[in-house]
Amino acid sequence: MTHSTMTFRRYLVLGVITVTASCGDTFLSRGMKSLGPVSLAHPAALIHAIFSPWVAAGIVLLIGFFASYLTALSWADLTYVLPASSLGYVIMTLLAKFWLHEHVSHTRWLGVIFITAGVGFVTRGPSYTDHSTSAPATSSVEVDDSEEVRQ
Amino acid sequence: MTNPHELLATAAMIGSIVVWATAGDILTASAMRQLGDLDVIRKRSGLWGAAAAVVSNSQFGLGVACLALSFFSLLFAFSHRDLSLIGPAATSLTFVTNALAAKFFLHENVDRRRWTAAIFVCVGVALLAF
Repeated sequence: MTHSTMTFRRYLVLGVITVTASCGDTFLSRGMKSLGPVSLAHPAALIHAIFSPWVAAGIVLLIGFFASYLTALSWADLTYVLPASSLGYVIMTLLAKFWLHEHVSHTRWLGVIFITAGVGFVTRGPSYTDHSTSAPATSSVEVDDSEEVRQ
Repeated sequence: MTNPHELLATAAMIGSIVVWATAGDILTASAMRQLGDLDVIRKRSGLWGAAAAVVSNSQFGLGVACLALSFFSLLFAFSHRDLSLIGPAATSLTFVTNALAAKFFLHENVDRRRWTAAIFVCVGVALLAF
């Protein structure tokens, strides 16, 4: 299996990135809201915040996110991984609408369409810029021109 | 939030998150590119061998330091402003700054397809704030 081959397992890793990042951010927000505003004069309060349950749970999820994210970066480009894993926002909006029965405005649905289209664009393209096919003694300009991208 | 000082403070909070996040993403992506496929390393050296290879990389350490600064900027911003403002604004801008930085520092092939994807996701995330 080369860097550029996208398998089911690799798509699963992108899925884990998507879910853990969105849930982790939500938990962090919930935790920080319950602690109240943090003053610049007391930055140590941010360290104290790490030990509150919601923030701690958010950090655990974000550690899971980071491990999957690093794995993905070892076989795909940053400009592939970031848009491809942005479906978390779509999942959060769908959960808000159908699980929490929140009102989702037309503008937010438009946002969902934009994100889905963006993910569609990037995942149909190559996942990795292969620099290894470049001739070793070429100049940097020539290297850029000869970069090969495969799926 | 009509007060100019509040607007400036919000822009500074978002800017701080975006700058540190972009620097962290570029450095960690560069470190992972240096190391190669983690699945292969894990098969060869086991889970701890793969973890040791990652954490002993100096670029990775620097990247994590930048991401930690971005994280604390995010926590600070969350305690002053709503998630619905800070989250989409910082995230959408980071898509664009990362695409630019990946092109110039990582020499990734950011072709028309990837630019379109980055801009679509950036606009989409921003629209979610409304």
